[in-house]
Formats: sequence, structure tokens, C-alpha cells
Amino acid sequence: MDRSHQTGAGIAARPSGSIVSVRGVSRTFASGVQALGDVTLDVGEGEFLSVLGPSGCGKTTLLRLIAGLAQPNSGKVERPAGRNEIGFVFQEPTLMPWATALANVALPLRLAGLSRAERLRRAGEALSGVGLAGFERSYPRELSGGMKMRVSIARALVTRPRLLLMDEPFAALDEIARHKLNIDLLTLWQRERVTVVFVTHSVFESVFLSQRIAIMSARPGRIAAEFAIPTPYPRDEAFRTSADYAALCRQTSQQLAAAMAVEVQAA
Amino acid sequence: MSAKAIAPLVLGALILVLWEQAVRLLAIPPYILPGPLVIARTLVDDWALLAPSLWVTLGITLEALAAAVVIGGLLAILFSLSRWVELSLFPYAIILQVTPIVAIAPLIIIWANNVDLSLLICAWLVAFFPILSNTILGLRSVDRNLLSLFELYGAGRWRTLLHLRLPAALPYFLGGLRISGGLALIGAVVAEFVAGTGGNASGLAWRILEAGYQLKVPRMFAALVLISATGIAIFLALTLLSHLLLRRWHESALAAQE
Repeated sequence: MDRSHQTGAGIAARPSGSIVSVRGVSRTFASGVQALGDVTLDVGEGEFLSVLGPSGCGKTTLLRLIAGLAQPNSGKVERPAGRNEIGFVFQEPTLMPWATALANVALPLRLAGLSRAERLRRAGEALSGVGLAGFERSYPRELSGGMKMRVSIARALVTRPRLLLMDEPFAALDEIARHKLNIDLLTLWQRERVTVVFVTHSVFESVFLSQRIAIMSARPGRIAAEFAIPTPYPRDEAFRTSADYAALCRQTSQQLAAAMAVEVQAA
Repeated sequence: MSAKAIAPLVLGALILVLWEQAVRLLAIPPYILPGPLVIARTLVDDWALLAPSLWVTLGITLEALAAAVVIGGLLAILFSLSRWVELSLFPYAIILQVTPIVAIAPLIIIWANNVDLSLLICAWLVAFFPILSNTILGLRSVDRNLLSLFELYGAGRWRTLLHLRLPAALPYFLGGLRISGGLALIGAVVAEFVAGTGGNASGLAWRILEAGYQLKVPRMFAALVLISATGIAIFLALTLLSHLLLRRWHESALAAQE
């Protein structure tokens, strides 16, 4: 099953053993719009993969299919089977406004039927893990956009999932908060040893975060290119200003432009 | 006290003073228009007669409101759980709502064969619809992504209802409750007018009718004042309840603080 992906940036190195396997998946909405057409994608255990593409290319649909929140019209998706093995972070923080930060984070554990003491302890740990110790009793409206997103990430991680799916989670944040969350997310990823599939429309964000980038093109959405970002971790703010980073961003932009040019021709 | 509270109070006091002066200067007899002081004195003098009626009207109103909360709320939950139940029943709920209560009250009084019960049914009929329709709206107005999240964690229909739909519907329900509180009182008063008599004990509407027959206009006004005061008290109590339940998180309660 070790298929390599030949692209302009070279052969992508994937960790052995895939946790997600998307095989020839297509998805058409009831309206007749084809969101995905024949997508094949593997995600290795422990990998940080970004799915990069323009708005409306079906990235969110792909993520929902991987999560099992939607079913493909054809093809096959393999994912971790356990109920609490997948965490999902939406574009908005998606918190329950009537519940405190702690209660929001504890929600998946509550739905899993854990005891009150156990779920509050673990939710407290998860909140500390995203740098929000001391905000347990705050309500979402009392938190900034970046803090709300941290709560959302803590909630996704509280069940100790093997797979974390993120749908443009930082798109609505200001740049300062976004850069800080990028670094903190990488720290969490390495600490929790979780596999991340990160959907974004930002070239800069995908290059900074990922081990590997899959570029999607639209109408119907499909994987146009896959390539590795070989820079070792930990990556910090120094990487963001390095010549290396600039070169990788330029290559990635070219890949994205090429994918979209094909799309224009096809249309 | 803020200017927001003082302004209407000052206006109210001014109107009462003008009213009293007008009645005196124009020498209007109290059986046409009593002044505020005469009404206040009647309220005190007739308290022994009016107070029991007040409790009767208040009792029917609160019972009808409680029934509206229970039945309206349960129907809303049922409708939200089953599309077919809603499609079948909702049109009839609308028919009940749009038919004037005055028109069906005589039938209800005949069928119920018990004045107190028929008054309760009438007041309930008027009161339950805002709770039903608002709660249905609230149960539906749930963040799509939160619903996806509950689905992801395998929460079934009941736990989604309990932990997500019901809390999300609370502000809508409370909005409906405030409307229903006033409507329950109106329903109770209207039904008693139609019945033309109280049951074992008479309510304020009957006191107004009775005083009208006897041309005791100040007593009519006194009963009217009590009905208005009851309506205001119900509204304030429900507003307070709403504020206490929502103040930590809901926009409507936050706007009031600022």
C-alpha cells in the first residue's frame, strides 16, 4: 500500500501505517453539486497533514467524510473506529454559550458517560494544556476569539483522540493570535502524539505547520498535488522569517496556482 | 434609580394630578369619571370584597400559565422529535390560536359543565400558543456545528435534546413565557366576562360587571387597577426570572446590563 505521490516538490515521505485512508471517494449534494470527485488520500499515524485549497473546493466536505459526519456517494473511507478517537475543531469555536469553559471541554467526556469527578479533572488538565488554567469558570462570551478557539481545541483533545480534524480553525483570528496558536498547536501535536488533518486556505499557515501538504482544486474537489515540507521540528518564529520558509511558500504557491490553472482550463 | 425608571414615574404622577384637577374643576360626578383619589379610597374601602376576587383571578391565571408551560413545552419537544407529529398537529394548534376566545368560550362553558374548569381552559387556550411556537423555534435554532459535534461523540436524540436543544431553546421559551403570562390573564378575564358569573367565588371580571350593573363606577375602576397591577406584576416576575436564568450567557440579558 506504499504508494508514493510524484509531485514537483519531490516524493512525499509518509510515516508507515496510515490512520486514515480515503479511496476514490466522491460526494454529490442533494442539489446536484458535485463537491468531491474521486479523492484518494492517506494520512499516516502521527502525521501533520494540511489540506490546502481555495474556498469552496470541498475541503470541509472531505473533513466531514473523514469524521464520519457525512457518507460518500462512492468510494471508501477508513478511519479510527472508536467513538472518542476523533476530535473535530470547527471554523468557529462552536462552544455552548450557556456552559463554562470547563463544562464545554468536559462535554465529550460527559457524553461518554464518565463520572463527574473524572471528567472535571481531565477537562481541567486539557484547559491547562492549551494555556487556559484559571479560566475554568469563564463563560465563552467573557473570552477573546483566540481563547475561545483554545477552549475548542482543548475540547477536541480531551478524549485523547488519535486523530484531530481541524477546519480552518484560525481563519477568523487576528494575525498575532494566529501565529501564537500555530506554535502552540505544534507543541500540542508533538506532546499528544496525535495525527492532525488541518484544512486551510493559507499557504503560509500550511507551510509553517505541516509535514505534508495536499493541494485541492475545486469543482469537483480533488487532490491536485501532494508534497512534503521537510523542515524539522520544533519550528518557531525564527522559521517564519527564514529564507527557507520563503522558498517553501513560493513553491507551494506555485503548486496551488498550477492546480487552479488546470481548474480554469477544465471550466 | 435611573432616569429610565424615573421618567415614566414622573409622567404617571403628572397625569394623575391633572386627572384629579380636571375632575374637580369640571365637577365631573364620580359615576361618570371618578378621580384617582376616589378610586384609591374605593380600593381601600372595598378591599374585603375585591381581595378574594383578586385571588380567584390570579389563581386561574397562574394555573392556566402553568398548564401552558407544561403542555406547550411538551408539545414543542414532541414536535421537534417527530416531523410527522408536527405536520399533523401544528395546523390545529394554529386554528386554536386564531379562533377568538370569546367565540369558543360559550361552548367550552357548556362542555366543561364547571365554571372554574371552563375559565381555566379558556385562559390556557389563549396562553399556550406563544410558548409552543417560541419553544419549537428555539429547539430548531441550534448551531449546526454543535449538532455535528454531538453526532461525532455518538450522543443520541435524547442526550442531544437534554444537553443541547433544551438549553439552546431556553431564551426563546422565556420570551414566549412573558407573552403568555399577559395572555393568561387576558384569557381568564375575558372568559369570566363571557361566563357572566364566577364559580363558587367570583373573579375581578365579575366584580366589574356587577359594579357596572349597580353604577358603582369607582369600584369598576378599582377592579381595573387590580387587573392591570396583576398583569404588570406577572410581567415583572417573568422578566426577573428570565434575567436570572440568562444573565451569565445570553445576549438579551447582557444588553440590559450595559
